Order: sequence, then C-alpha cells, then structure tokens
Amino acid sequence: MIKIVNLYKSFGNKVVLQGVDLEVYDGETITIIGGSGQGKTVLLKCIIGLLKPDKGKIFVDGVDITTVDKKMLRNIQKKFGYLFQSSALFDSMTVFENISFGLRHLRLTKEELQRRVKLYLSYVGLKDIEHLYPSELSGGMKKRVSLARTIAYNPQYILYDEPTTGLDPQMTEIITDLIISLQKKLNVTSIVVTHDIKSAIKVSQRIALLAEGKIVAIEPAENLLYSTNTIVQKFIKGET
Amino acid sequence: MKKIILGLGRYFLFVIETFKEIFIPPLEVDVILSQMYEIGVRSVPVCILTSFFVGMVLALQTGISSTYVLNEPLYVGTVVTFSLVKELGPMLTSVVLVGRVAAAITAELGSMRVTEQIDAMYTLGTEPIKYLVIPRIIAFSSMLPILVVFTNFVGVLGGLVVSYFKLNIPTTIYINDCLDYLRVDDFFHGFIKSILFGLLISTISCYKGYYTEGGAEGVGKATTSCVVVSIVTLLISDYFISALLVAMRIG
Ligand SMILES: Nc1ncnc2c1ncn2[C@@H]1O[C@H](COP(=O)(O)OP(=O)(O)O)[C@@H](O)[C@H]1O
Ligand SMILES: [Mg+2]
Repeated sequence: MIKIVNLYKSFGNKVVLQGVDLEVYDGETITIIGGSGQGKTVLLKCIIGLLKPDKGKIFVDGVDITTVDKKMLRNIQKKFGYLFQSSALFDSMTVFENISFGLRHLRLTKEELQRRVKLYLSYVGLKDIEHLYPSELSGGMKKRVSLARTIAYNPQYILYDEPTTGLDPQMTEIITDLIISLQKKLNVTSIVVTHDIKSAIKVSQRIALLAEGKIVAIEPAENLLYSTNTIVQKFIKGET
Repeated sequence: MKKIILGLGRYFLFVIETFKEIFIPPLEVDVILSQMYEIGVRSVPVCILTSFFVGMVLALQTGISSTYVLNEPLYVGTVVTFSLVKELGPMLTSVVLVGRVAAAITAELGSMRVTEQIDAMYTLGTEPIKYLVIPRIIAFSSMLPILVVFTNFVGVLGGLVVSYFKLNIPTTIYINDCLDYLRVDDFFHGFIKSILFGLLISTISCYKGYYTEGGAEGVGKATTSCVVVSIVTLLISDYFISALLVAMRIG
C-alpha cells in the first residue's frame, strides 16, 4: 500500500504540489487526472524517488521513503516500475538489451533471457523485433517496448505516466487494454496519470483529480461523470 | 559569479559522490572495457597524426633557432624530447581527447538526461553513476596516460625524421640527444600530469552531461561548455601541477 501525506514540492519559487494526500490500495488501479502542468509527473517522480519532496511523507508498505537512507530507498524503489511519458528507451541499445536491462543483476543465461524477452514482448503484442533499435520503431511500438521493459523488471507497483498521450485512437485502445490485461495477469498495483478521461474510466477502479497542487476529489471510476464536485465537473467539461 | 561558485560546489559534490560509488560493488567491468576501447584504442590514429607533426615542427623550429644562435643545429633531440615528455605530450593529447572524447561524453550523457534515459536506468535498478559515469572516468583516466606515452614516442620519431632529412643530423646523434639528459623523473612528471589531466577532463565532461537540462538546446550548450571549461582548466591547472611536481622534486 502507498500512502501519501501532506506532500509539498516546489521548484525555486514555483509551487507545484501543496499538500497532496492520497492512499493507493493493494491490487487496485487508480488514475490521477488533471490539466497539464498541474504536477502529475512531479507527483509520480516523488513517489518513485526521482524527485525529493520538500515536505510531507510517502509510505510504501509502511516505510516512509522520505526519511530512509539511500540504500534502503534503492531497495524500496525496486518494487516499482515506471512507464515514462517519453518512453525513455535506451537509444544505444537494441530492443532486446532494453528489455533485459532490468534483469542484469539476475545473471540469467542467454537462453533464459531470450525466452523472457520474448515472453514480455508477447504480453505487449509484439514479436521478432529484438534486434531493432528504438530509432527504428514507431511511437506506439516504443510505448509498448517501454511497457515490456517495465514489466520485465517484475514490479509490485507500476506507475504509468500518460501511457496513451500522443497516440492515435486505435493505439490508445490497444495500450488501455494492455494495462487492464497486465493488471489481471500480474496482479500489480498501478497508478496511472493521464488527462484522457475515457481511458481513465476504463482502466481504473478509482479516479483522483489533481488541481492546484492538491487532490481535490476521489471518485469510484464509474461515478466520475456524475460527480457533484464543481472542480471535477469543470474538468470534465474541459474548462480547466 | 554566484553561478560559477554554485557550479563548482555542485561539481565537487558530484566528484565526491562518484568516488564513493567506486568502492561499492559491483564494478561494471564490461562497460569499463568497452569504454577503454572506445576512448583509448579508437583515439590512436588521431594521436599518431597530431603528435608526429608536432614532433616534426618542434625539431624544425629548434634546428633553425639553434642554427641562428650557434651556427649549428644542436640539442634538437633534447629539446624535442623534453618538450614532449614534460609538456606537449600530456597537453596535446589531452586537448585532442577533449575534442574527440570529452565532447562526445557530455553530448551522450546530456541527451540521455534530457530524454529521461538516465532516470529510466535508475528505475530499472541500476545506479546511473555506476553504469555511465564511473566506467568513463576510469577508462579515460587510465587510457590518457597510456596514449601520452605512446604519442611521446611518435613525436620523437617525427622529430627524428625532420632532423635527418631536413637538418642533416645523424640519427645516432639525435637519439643520443634525446636520451642523454632525460631522467626517470622527467618521465614521471609527464605521466603523473596526464593522469591528473585525465581525471579533470573526464569528471568535467561527465558532470556537464549528467546535469544537462533544457532539451536539445541544453545538450548543445553543455557540450560547448564542457570543451571550453576543460581546456581552460587544463591550461591553468598545468602551471600549478607542474610547479607542485617540481616542488616535490619530480622532474
Ligand atoms: N525539474 C523541474 N524544474 C523546474 N520546474 C519543473 C520541473 N519539473 C516540473 N516542473 C514544473 O512543475 C509543473 C508541473 O509539471 P508536471 O508534473 O510535468 O506537469 P503534468 O501534470 O503535466 O505532468 C510545471 O509547471 C513544470 O514547469
Ligand atoms: Mg506530465
């Protein structure tokens, strides 16, 4: 379980997060929606330890990661997978090397690695592209390879940063279905960040709205459209 | 001014952090070896080319100058060897490597930073300092001194060619001039200097790349800045390192 308490983060004098409170239950998929520039990415990066919050606490399975030492933080971080908005594939490495990168420390045999890479590629609906470089892939394929790389790491929590932004409707559909099926297959806990309400409702059990540095509303996914919260209504109607 | 001091502080923190990480296993041996190949072996051609010509021009200028003064080209080999071993070898090879390698390191790490590949590495359980920075620093600082020894030989050889064909100095005299006055100290003077140059350049280029921000434009800026800062640092620190080594009676 992840529990975020009163989290603050600013850059210089630009305040981004000001008092975020959020609980993520084991096994659920929660989506955080919010306008662009509201700090969704910053929030995810604080959770995984890429950014250090100014104030507040983040408990992962009961341990406050804002106060532990570096070594402990690294160990907790190993529970997380992160899907970058930009895919962030290693462009000097092939698809195979990208996906097997997170398995380096396991010291597997070449055959075992090949088997696993093949398996994870099949999870995301790809095959026979192990030898290609990221520059030879389309945007949607990059996203999927990146997703394969994330799940190959075998995380307990997956953080998705805008998994469908910038993709065509068909690819959006495919990625959304993928997230749902991975959810069922791997039984991970996921936090999805997006501003695509339709896919948010489809993938998640609960939806939280981030605005002005706070979580202003949390609704069960199916209730979001009927929320009485005025900020939620405004966001849905595209007024924020 | 404030920016420079802040930058220096961050640089020293980066260096301290990096050196702490070196002693925490595992060491990425494969990456270190491939970087050694990339940095060391692949720099050999350009080092041969430049140092050969530097040796040639040194011999030519020395020969002509000493003919003016002494009516005869004397001690050409001595001047060429001393200049190369103590100063020009380390300095020139370093400058060549700044252009060929350091700029590339900053550009590579910088673009990995701005495309979030460094963050991705961290989320996949690998410490980026360990995988990206340390191998480059180790490879650079170990290959530079080796390249310097190598370029010294090639430079002396270049001097020999000019001495023989242009200044009509017999080969044996040139070689005796080269070796008669050279002490082990002088060799170590250049050798130690090149190790320090290697550490300076590699940490500067990794630092500049690692902390790049601002997209593609930022990568360009970081790369330029790496080259300028490296060369200025080399030229300035050269005096102090030399003075220190002399004070320690090394060369
Ligand atoms: N490393 C950084 N340095 C300075 N400002 C940042 C940094 N990262 C994010 N910001 C600022 O924080 C705000 C929120 O960014 P972000 O979390 O990326 O928004 P989004 O909700 O679209 O993901 C933006 O205004 C952005 O300019
Ligand atoms: Mg974002």
